[in-house]
Amino acid sequence: MIRVDNISKTFDGKAVLTDISATFDEGRANLIIGRSGSGKTVLLKCLIGMFEPDSGDVWYDANRFTELDSDQQRTFRQQMGVVFQGGALFDSLTVEQNVRLPMDFFTSWNRNEKKDRVNFCLEKVTLPGVNRLFPAELSGGMKKRVAIARAIALNPRYLFCDEPNSGLDPQTAIVIDKLIREITVDFNITTVINTHDMNSVMEIGDHILFLSDGAKCWEGSNNEILTSGNKVLNDFVFASELMKRFK
Amino acid sequence: MMRLFQNLGRYLIFIRRVFSRPEKHSLYFRQVFREIDKLGVSSLGIVAIISFFIGMVVIIHMTTSISNPLIPAYYNSFTTRDVLVLEFSSSVLCLILAGKVGSNISSEIGTMRITEQIDALETMGINSASYLVQPKIIGMMLIIPVLVIISIFIGLLGGWFIAVVGNMMTSADYLQGIRFDFHPYKVFYTLIKSVVFAFIITSVSAYHGYYTQGGALEVGRSSTLAVVWSMILILISNYLVTQIMIG
Repeated sequence: MIRVDNISKTFDGKAVLTDISATFDEGRANLIIGRSGSGKTVLLKCLIGMFEPDSGDVWYDANRFTELDSDQQRTFRQQMGVVFQGGALFDSLTVEQNVRLPMDFFTSWNRNEKKDRVNFCLEKVTLPGVNRLFPAELSGGMKKRVAIARAIALNPRYLFCDEPNSGLDPQTAIVIDKLIREITVDFNITTVINTHDMNSVMEIGDHILFLSDGAKCWEGSNNEILTSGNKVLNDFVFASELMKRFK
Repeated sequence: MMRLFQNLGRYLIFIRRVFSRPEKHSLYFRQVFREIDKLGVSSLGIVAIISFFIGMVVIIHMTTSISNPLIPAYYNSFTTRDVLVLEFSSSVLCLILAGKVGSNISSEIGTMRITEQIDALETMGINSASYLVQPKIIGMMLIIPVLVIISIFIGLLGGWFIAVVGNMMTSADYLQGIRFDFHPYKVFYTLIKSVVFAFIITSVSAYHGYYTQGGALEVGRSSTLAVVWSMILILISNYLVTQIMIG
């Protein structure tokens, strides 16, 4: 479980996050949604310690993350898996070396144990047999899946995904969404996904936090989002003609 | 001026992070050899070509400038040797390597920054500055003195070749000159300089790459800044080391 208490963040005097509080439970897909510039990425980076909030706290179960110094935070991050928007795979390493990197650093497993774990992770993201390929040889969807495989390599307790299906076709996007949810449920991890894709919201949005202008505007589930009376949320959700007709 | 001090402070903090204790020594050790191969051994060709031709040009200058019959012929190769040992094979060669290796390091790390690969390392709990930069600095500090020694030999070979082929002096005179009044301290001095220059080239280039912000345009800008600052600092440190060791 991750808890955020009254987080605020400003950049050059401009408030980007204002007094945000929320709880993200394990075993559920927690989505942070909002328009571009609403503060989603800043909130996610505050959660993983890439940005230090001006005020407020982030709790990982009973651990107060925001009181740790940068070295302690780095050590704590070994329990996290992060999937970046572009995948952030290391160009000079093969798929296998990419997935194996966290194991090389933080485990004392032998070569075969690491290989088995790499193959397990790649099978989990339905990409067996791509071990020797380099990131440049992969499609966008494959890169995202390899990034997910790398993120789960060390059995993380917390998984963060920054717009995991941006730039993907709708079918591949759904595959990625379902994969993230399956991993979340199977391993009972706390997953936080940053997205503005309404398909993701409807598909896997167990718990949704809607941000507008850096503030929490609405919180609920994908079942509740369609019937909400919140005007700002409705403007966001029913922005497209299709959704308006659907409404 | 204020910005210069800000950069200096940030550079020192960066260097402290680079030389913090590695998470796993074996990984860093292997990486040092990769960097030696990638940055040092791959520069061998350009070092050989430049040194051979500079050796030829210097001996031509010496024989045409020192044409007094009272001065023995071997003085030409003696001065050529000192030019190569004291300045060319360390200072000038490192200025050239600052362009080749410095831009390579800066653009590699800068690209990793803008594609979130450095963020990915940090979120895995890896000290990205240390993992990416420390092996480069150590590798370059080990291989550049070797390149300097090779450059001196090839430069002297180039001088000998053109002196004999061009009938400027006999082979015996040339060999007598390069052995005349030889002080091993001069080689020691030039090796110390090359180690200092290796540190400057690698750390300054890595620093500019590591703090790149933006996109491809900024990566190019960082590379340019890295090369310019490396060259300026090489020239300043050349004066300081020479003043301390020779002056």
